[in-house]
Amino acid sequence: MDSQSIAATHGELVGGVDPHSHPAFLRHHFETVAQQREAASFGMWVFLLTEVMFFGGMFCAYLIFRNWYHPAFVAGSNTLSITLGTTNTAVLICSSLTMAMAVYSAEMRRRGQLIAFLLLTIVLGLAFLGIKAVEYKEKFDLHHVPGPNFSIQEFVHPTNPKAIPLAPDMAEKTQIYFSLYFAMTGMHALHMIIGISLLFFLVAKAYQGAYTAGHIMPIENFGLYWHFVDIVWIFLFPLLYLISRYR
Amino acid sequence: MSEKNDPEHQEQHIVGPKVYLLVFLALMVLTATTTGVAFIDLGVFNPIIALAIACVKASLVVLFFMHIHYSSRLLKMTVLAGLFTFLLLITLTMTDYISRAWGMW
Amino acid sequence: MSTIVSLPDQATAKLPHKSYLNEEYGLKSWLLTGDHKRIAILYLISITFFFVIGGVLAGLIRLELLTPPADLMSTDTYNKVFSMHGIIMIFLFLVPSVPATIGNFLIPLMVGARDLAFPKINLLSWYLYVIGGIFILSAMVLGGVDTGWTFTTPLSTHYLNTHVVTAAMGIFVAGFSSILTGLNFIVTIHRMRCPGMTWFRLPLFVWGHYATSIIMILGTPVLAITLVLVALERTINIGVFDPTKGGDPLLFQHLFWFYSHPAVYIMILPGMAVISEVISTFSRKRVFGYTAVAFSSVAIAVFGFLVWEHHMFIMGVSQYSALVFSLLTMLVAVPSAIKIFNWSMTLYQGSITFETPMLYAFGFIGLFTIGGLTGIFLATLGMDVHLTETYFIVAHFHFVMVGGMLMAYLAGVHFWWPKMTGRMYPEAISKLSAIVTFIGFIVTFFPQFLLGYLGMPRRYAAYPADFQVLNVFSTAGASILGIGYLMPMLYLPWSLIYGKIAGNNPWQATGLEWQIQSPPLTENYVEIPIMDHEAYDYEWLANKTVHEVQTVG
Repeated sequence: MDSQSIAATHGELVGGVDPHSHPAFLRHHFETVAQQREAASFGMWVFLLTEVMFFGGMFCAYLIFRNWYHPAFVAGSNTLSITLGTTNTAVLICSSLTMAMAVYSAEMRRRGQLIAFLLLTIVLGLAFLGIKAVEYKEKFDLHHVPGPNFSIQEFVHPTNPKAIPLAPDMAEKTQIYFSLYFAMTGMHALHMIIGISLLFFLVAKAYQGAYTAGHIMPIENFGLYWHFVDIVWIFLFPLLYLISRYR
Repeated sequence: MSEKNDPEHQEQHIVGPKVYLLVFLALMVLTATTTGVAFIDLGVFNPIIALAIACVKASLVVLFFMHIHYSSRLLKMTVLAGLFTFLLLITLTMTDYISRAWGMW
Repeated sequence: MSTIVSLPDQATAKLPHKSYLNEEYGLKSWLLTGDHKRIAILYLISITFFFVIGGVLAGLIRLELLTPPADLMSTDTYNKVFSMHGIIMIFLFLVPSVPATIGNFLIPLMVGARDLAFPKINLLSWYLYVIGGIFILSAMVLGGVDTGWTFTTPLSTHYLNTHVVTAAMGIFVAGFSSILTGLNFIVTIHRMRCPGMTWFRLPLFVWGHYATSIIMILGTPVLAITLVLVALERTINIGVFDPTKGGDPLLFQHLFWFYSHPAVYIMILPGMAVISEVISTFSRKRVFGYTAVAFSSVAIAVFGFLVWEHHMFIMGVSQYSALVFSLLTMLVAVPSAIKIFNWSMTLYQGSITFETPMLYAFGFIGLFTIGGLTGIFLATLGMDVHLTETYFIVAHFHFVMVGGMLMAYLAGVHFWWPKMTGRMYPEAISKLSAIVTFIGFIVTFFPQFLLGYLGMPRRYAAYPADFQVLNVFSTAGASILGIGYLMPMLYLPWSLIYGKIAGNNPWQATGLEWQIQSPPLTENYVEIPIMDHEAYDYEWLANKTVHEVQTVG
């Protein structure tokens, strides 16, 4: 290839700008900042695809068992606290708003505002995990955690007068419901924990001003991750908490 | 390198606080609705409505919080590809479960 | 029609002063590298290591099956040996074989980029691969796994007391390595193409890897969550796959094969990608029906997701569902056949030469065709009941995986060896090894079709004496095959020092990677190239007046 002609065309492609005067955050193997930004954003979306399928397997299992053992799922769902569930949904949506605003602050290059919104997101994320811990604790106390200590007492002889008693073999199936409940919310909580750890890292870097000089990709990509975790919860909430609540 | 009409590229678009707040309010209202509806007996429509609301909420988050509404066609296709594969997993597994001789459907 | 290209003689070629191999020295410069070419070499070394282990286990299996009773090892040990053979060969060799080594090396070169989109993630994926490999090896050293590579529940969750969780962890981690490789490829192919490199100017190698990456990123996470559920089932008895608690073991099968069937296309598509390059180069012709071959790769990837239940026909799935899946399975034959026909048409009236990669490619076409056609037998519901879980199925997937993919892998390694190392492999002995491999393969696995048809079940250490003759054939073939695989492991390292200097373009191929020095510079291209011709344009190569040598330093 004729290197001179390449160099000439190449110069035009980057808009006549000397290709060597690029910002510090441009990695050597990218030609332009736009290319780097688009690659990073597309890469994050492809990663989220794998996350969709990761949770997809559990949603598939949920769908099958919910239809097989519907009465057990209704009984299991009715033992969850709808107040805590709804509160947690609201908390998570708020955290998505603060995260979106953090992305906006980075785009506007406002360092203080960015740090404030990231810290708010951390607080809301921790609040979510706290409420989740309270819920888990209650399940342990009631022996509703699958395993050797699992008790079907509550479902065969319910203490709540409105609940319909289940036959013992169907009551056994509530264990499947709680297995899925813990697997799905546990995996979701794990994603939250990873997210919050990353947020601490981002706050530290943001404090140094790393994301308010045009290089907002890490913030934007983390935002995508955080919103994805929110979406998973948006589906988990009605599927786990809201089965035949009217009973 | 971002020519117009190229499906793989899109100029960066900054979404403002106004949009975010509107979407946030919509999400909150929908959350309240889905919780409220769960306490009314609508038969088979209970899970359908719950899932429909969840889908609307998820779409709002994807479109506005995650900027897909302003993104290139490539990213839109990526989202659809994930949805498509997930539906494949569900529907093709269901062909077995709904028609088994010893099924419990 | 074919175009004869005569490039300036490469006999006087010299190794470039500066290349990715001598840019930096020392172990640290390799273990912390971000260079896709160095990571490819790291992969090459590590997958060869695991291939040797898996190969030794295969040798043990064949030795045990030399005689009808279980005399070389106890039946328990035999179960562990074939399980480890399967796990290592599939997750640590076949899945990363072509993509992580040859693909990693070539995709940035072929699309005209300086590196993959995310070099650090690329390095991370190698480390994850190694960690996964260590987990699997430790499962083997600690006492083995005897579930078969399929981890069938409830066998794996309730009845066995071996290191299932350790092995599952290994596969989980190695799976993420594969996801990250796929992610990197997809983003690179979408975002890093050089000016002028349109989708239909991409070499078919890139199309094949694009299709592979789609499966990697969409299929592998389902396997990951399935293995997590198996591990939870084993450790805390969650009951999702346990029939005594109301769970469904068939659900495990659905989720497992949702990945593991597409996974066979992860294993074969990159092989097909290599073959497209090799056939075109040594026929000196553009691949016949470029667009059809390109789209058939994507079609295989998509159809691959629609057929998984054919692994479960005898497990009590719905008959109606089985009918649907049987039909869909036959559909995959269409894009596969398109490829075979198009390669044959490429050969027609080409100026064919029989270098080693071409011999391996011919081996691939023949063996893959047999392997693929016997797959149609197994897709047929009635035949499947008779043949599944017999040696017929063992022969079928070895024809595709070993006869197909390993042949393609070796074709690729020989084809790009001059580009990777700057030196030629010894031609005569490598031709011999290609022929020995082919003969050894046929002698090993063809008798297994007969054994399976006669009803010999797979996964047993002992068998009735009637089957011995065919089993002796098979074991004899395996020893020939072993020699065939041993030879490249000896002469390829030899060629690193004593091999003839290759020059930039020893095959007179058209790809961008052949127009730069061998071995390439760390940054691949001094200036990002501009693609001004179609892929496989031999006219362009012939008309290129100056065969430019990009040597720096």
